[in-house]
Amino acid sequence: MSDAVLALTNVRVQFGGGKVHAVDTVSLDVGAGEVLALVGESGCGKTTLIRSVIGLEPLSHGSIEVEGVKVGRGARGLRALRRKVQMIFQDPSGALNPRHSIYEAVAEGLRIHKVKGHEPTLVADALSAAGLRPPERFLQRYPHELSGGQRQRVLIAAAMALRPRLLLADEPVASLDASIRGEILALMRSYVDRDGVSIVAVTHDLGLAWNIADRVAVMYLGRIVEVGPADDVLRTPLHPYTKALLSVVPEIEGMEQQILTGETPDPSRIPSGCRFHPRCPVVASGEAERLGFVDRCRGVDLELEPEVGSHRVACHAVQIST
Amino acid sequence: MSLLELRDLHVTYRGERAAVPAVRGVNLSIEAGDTVGLAGESGCGKSTIAGAVLRLLPKETEVRGQILLDGEDVYEMKPGRLRAVRWTGAAIVFQGALHSLNPVKRIGWQIEEAVLLHSKMSPRAARERAQDLLDRVGIPGDRVDKYPHQMSGGQRQRVLIALALACDPQLLIADEPTTALDVMVQAQVLALLEELQREKGLALLFITHDLSVLTHTCKRLAVMYAGRIVEEGPSELVFTDPQHPYSRALAAAFPTIGDMSSRMHPEGLAGDPPDPADLPSGCPFHVRCAVAIPECATLDVALRDAGPGRRAACVHVGAAHV
Repeated sequence: MSDAVLALTNVRVQFGGGKVHAVDTVSLDVGAGEVLALVGESGCGKTTLIRSVIGLEPLSHGSIEVEGVKVGRGARGLRALRRKVQMIFQDPSGALNPRHSIYEAVAEGLRIHKVKGHEPTLVADALSAAGLRPPERFLQRYPHELSGGQRQRVLIAAAMALRPRLLLADEPVASLDASIRGEILALMRSYVDRDGVSIVAVTHDLGLAWNIADRVAVMYLGRIVEVGPADDVLRTPLHPYTKALLSVVPEIEGMEQQILTGETPDPSRIPSGCRFHPRCPVVASGEAERLGFVDRCRGVDLELEPEVGSHRVACHAVQIST
Repeated sequence: MSLLELRDLHVTYRGERAAVPAVRGVNLSIEAGDTVGLAGESGCGKSTIAGAVLRLLPKETEVRGQILLDGEDVYEMKPGRLRAVRWTGAAIVFQGALHSLNPVKRIGWQIEEAVLLHSKMSPRAARERAQDLLDRVGIPGDRVDKYPHQMSGGQRQRVLIALALACDPQLLIADEPTTALDVMVQAQVLALLEELQREKGLALLFITHDLSVLTHTCKRLAVMYAGRIVEEGPSELVFTDPQHPYSRALAAAFPTIGDMSSRMHPEGLAGDPPDPADLPSGCPFHVRCAVAIPECATLDVALRDAGPGRRAACVHVGAAHV
């Protein structure tokens, strides 16, 4: 394998006895010290995908490797994996045990993974690195005595205390107040710049991607439809779905709003052909028909094509125009 | 005469240990057909204002000052009059659509009930009205017999909007109506609110922590911090050229994609939103403020003129204009 920290190859995750295709053939690499933002609407499979990386969802097909070691299902393998891969969640209040002190919350992982060193020092250093200073002020407190932002810092401290190679973050700032958001994102980025950890951040917030991500992957109905450097994907999106997502971000001036109709699609009923075609503006506007490739949109399923410039895109229109 | 006028509104909750001043002297008026955005973080008092307008706060809550709805003091109303004013004078759309709907009643019936209680319509006419309203918010008429759990989050939020419109209110109060929704569904709901507002000449009081959403939807903006308005003015100006350092931080919290100054540079505020039960002295923002001067710790600044139609409560504001 290459020097990728995380390598996904043709990953599929199915639920309900194979009826629901939550993740449908995804291949993706994340390099050392790289921040990847995985964006998409709810139900697109982004959370399922990162849960499978940490062994919480069994794969129906494909493989996942972390630093060249295949993610298996055995207890010992999973423990070794979780030393290298840690995860933080959207709701920091639900992720902390209300009856454990902050010290306990951070020390628990150190004990499970038998991390060498003086435990109180390791805990204090982890809290301090996560911006909870002086750490002595926090050690004996309980989650309910902290603010939402502080709780998220505790979880980041507990995850990073194990010195993982990869941090998975599921909507890390979605439940936090607006003014706190930037500080937490800056904190996450600081571990990347200082320790070279890699991060996969799952989010529907494209601003988060702009703030901290090196690369962006856009997911739709279980599949990645566009991936590339954040600067390029966010400023010159190629896939019609990425374009639509960016057009509805209120912060972007001068872009005509492309509001897709209909609900977030259902992964138990994936449309034929390009799975985005029923909502695709290129099809709806008649452009695909005029240019003569609408039959492909409706009938031919496709995966990410080789690079167009710096992006890879799964779209018949982009393929034909290049 | 304004449609809604808050005069020196104070709201104090009775806490277990001490009184909690949630709103501390707010003046705000909304004309018929006007759109006003109220921005701020958790605990700033913005939702308390929504509740106070229709007297939805716990009984023991102390409310001082005046709330005039169409010139009539809401807190002087007799119970019957209050019941009539709710729904017909002003209606509220809350954030959690799942919790605001009755889970064991069909959605059509929930709208019919409101119509029947507040008008002299026949049951058959009320049912037609419910169908029309659902149709209006983009939910097919055949869904009237569905239960809330059979609908997606976006659809439930639309049902709540339909419900709020059931009795043709003059004022719609929307408290974080899109916070729990996906970006695309949020765009759909915002577009719907704007359309209804224009079409029916509805006045809108839109409450959220997301300044960019407000700028998009509202003509005027008021930013709240620690129970007070700290800045108000035309939305576009408050967003692009904020005068109060807190508004500046809130505006910067959601980056503009494409703006290189925020690329790899998330901006946030140090510290946490203040605890309403334990506010800092002087200007309550001074502990998090980057431009605070020594006197901010003791001087509580009231709103000052900050240009045409604009006011801000910061010690630096007057100085800049002299």
